[in-house]
Amino acid sequence: MIDFEIPEKIAGIKTVVETVAVNMMRPVSRYFDEHEHEIPWDYINFMHTATRAMGGSSMSPGEGKKEGPRFGFQRLAVMVEMLSWGDAGMYLDTPGGMLGSAAVSATGTPEQKERFLARFRGEKPTFDAMCMTEPQCGSDTSAIRTTAALDKEKNQWVLNGEKIFVTAGHKAMLDSEGFLVVWATIDPSAGRAGMRPFVVEARTPGCQVTKMEHKLGIRASDTVSIVLQDCRVPFENILGSAEVVSTDKATTGFKGAMATFDATRPLVAAQAIGLARATLEMLKEMLKERGVTIRYGLPRQKLTSIEKDVIDMEVMLRSAWWLTLKAVWMMDNGKPNSLESSMCKVRAGDVVNRITQKAVEIMGPLGYSREYLLEKWFRDAKISDIYEGTGQINRLVVARQLLGYRSSELR
Amino acid sequence: MYSFEPSDEQKMLVDAARRYATADLRAAAHDAEESKELPPKLISKGWELGVLQASIPETYGGFGERSAVTGALAAEELACGDLAGALAVGTPGLFAIPILLAGSEEQKKQHLPPVIAADWKPYTAALIEPAFDFDPNDLKTTAKAEGGDYVLTGEKTLVPFAAQAEAMIVFAALKKETRAFIVPKGAAGLTVQEEREKWMGLNALPFHRVKLDGVKVPKSNLLPGNFAPVLDASRVAVAAMAVGVARAAFDYARDYAKDRDVFGVKVAQKQAIAFMLAEMATEIEAIRLLVWEAGWAIDNKKEDAGQKAYIAATGAIDTVMMVTDRAVQILGGHGYIREHPVELFMRNGRGFAMFTGLAMV
Repeated sequence: MIDFEIPEKIAGIKTVVETVAVNMMRPVSRYFDEHEHEIPWDYINFMHTATRAMGGSSMSPGEGKKEGPRFGFQRLAVMVEMLSWGDAGMYLDTPGGMLGSAAVSATGTPEQKERFLARFRGEKPTFDAMCMTEPQCGSDTSAIRTTAALDKEKNQWVLNGEKIFVTAGHKAMLDSEGFLVVWATIDPSAGRAGMRPFVVEARTPGCQVTKMEHKLGIRASDTVSIVLQDCRVPFENILGSAEVVSTDKATTGFKGAMATFDATRPLVAAQAIGLARATLEMLKEMLKERGVTIRYGLPRQKLTSIEKDVIDMEVMLRSAWWLTLKAVWMMDNGKPNSLESSMCKVRAGDVVNRITQKAVEIMGPLGYSREYLLEKWFRDAKISDIYEGTGQINRLVVARQLLGYRSSELR
Repeated sequence: MYSFEPSDEQKMLVDAARRYATADLRAAAHDAEESKELPPKLISKGWELGVLQASIPETYGGFGERSAVTGALAAEELACGDLAGALAVGTPGLFAIPILLAGSEEQKKQHLPPVIAADWKPYTAALIEPAFDFDPNDLKTTAKAEGGDYVLTGEKTLVPFAAQAEAMIVFAALKKETRAFIVPKGAAGLTVQEEREKWMGLNALPFHRVKLDGVKVPKSNLLPGNFAPVLDASRVAVAAMAVGVARAAFDYARDYAKDRDVFGVKVAQKQAIAFMLAEMATEIEAIRLLVWEAGWAIDNKKEDAGQKAYIAATGAIDTVMMVTDRAVQILGGHGYIREHPVELFMRNGRGFAMFTGLAMV
């Protein structure tokens, strides 16, 4: 039965998260935008204490409850949307597991999940990060050069390479007992089939944070470079099989990454939508204060240009949100959602940029001014169309699925 | 609790509607458009699906309960087959749904059974007016109380099957508020222009200009209820049909692109085309969900149902234009030739901005 009613349990959480967004994020939004690389510990500690008190552990909704209707990813999407509505950069500082945990959840064994995810339930806030991109390759992840060689004597993997654009890498490596999930190849001649994720724990020798980027937006979140130099991790830190199956060109390793994306892309979409909603709400409020009301229900011919823009924004925002929610609903219900997760990412990445860009334009000098948050949100928005697969990569994913093409058929 | 899955009952209806839309409506669409005629048998077969009948309670000759979501699901399927056929099948609904939503108990008992518990008959409604800034909430057609009657004056356009209609609902402004009146065939002062109106699309449907020159109807012909739910019902229906037409265009363009060779590969293997298709499919799914949400809001009597229906309709108008335009583009020169249906989809696609009032769920 088609139903658009928010489940009670999620509605409750949403209200709680909204309080956090209003009281702990918005008041310091501008400060952390202007003090890049400072860490909002008040927010982080509060979130950690609060999630522990609520019995929740991490942001890995795949865990826990096994019976009855599952809401884990839906709840998470609602929370992410609301936190990002508060501040998209600070949201990325939320402790308790993000992309790295998602990879562990999607591709790890039960033992690995316990070993790596239990730390998020500990006393101190803990972070994780995903290391995929390298200086010479971004979207083309099959071109990854970081290697993982097996030292059979010591039963360890030896990692070598450089990773860039690691979100929250500093906090995962140096500010908490977290971990990185590093994508490396165990057989450079095997292409995608040789790719595997490895867990590298905080402060592992041979793994260094070498650079903190200065960014257009989401400045409250650290983005770092990581150099791995003969970095040794136990054999058991490989996620997925250590065998390279190349007979049928199976690309299990790569598929692991893709399975992770099915879970994470809707969350990036939710992030985009939270930011877009914040923008639209503020725009409407600012317009209202200046005596502009939006007359819904009129034919376009009778609307002012601003009214048209605002109504179009609502169409974009709401439709992107339902696409996103459908993708996580499918996830919760065990339905394959690669198509939907990329679709919502495409749409959300588009609309958040169109909405924030138009909002700044409509408000003129007020939109461009750092006195208001609109200009910040404009800058924060752009990342949503870039990370977790650019809009173009996601269009490729959507198109391949629609057309039934393999990547070799649609490059 | 969120769910994006139709019920089993809805799935059955959707399946039946899809079979009819594919095997009957689509198969007949080209000839109907060219010959400007829909075979009556085609319409009655669609009527027998019982989409409208299923949304009218037994007391009034139907066999179900109205659900805007169910109606939207069926409307998308039918319009995906052929818009003209879908509108023709649903035309009696233009008369029945306003009575169901805004009529008195007496009006429902009197007027619904002859429409519902019968073969398809031309009952219709006249909402749209020939003005660039036509606004359903600000009609130029007026109604004035005069003794025991209402006197209707104005001009309506895009009235389907008006020439044959047994009766029609005429929407007019009574004290500046849009209200619905039942106007019987042959009422004095009612002129249905005999010559059919000519439009860019929908040539298979007989549309007529209707003039009301002091048409008198008894006071009991005014539907006592508000216009708002009727407008919402139409916005959702029309938006669902827009999604259907967009889907038809997308499906056709996708299949063509997978079949057509270019520079040693298929057209669809070019990112320029593949990305267009990806965006089309994404838009369609996004707007479909908005339509469902609006239908759900109506069915669950949500306060903001009207705004949701408006938002869905606004989005659908843009989506169907974008998608149908791109479908023609993807077929290139072939898209411009009437042998392929995409140019018809495109002509129909543009019409959605003015089709409010031509379908109801």
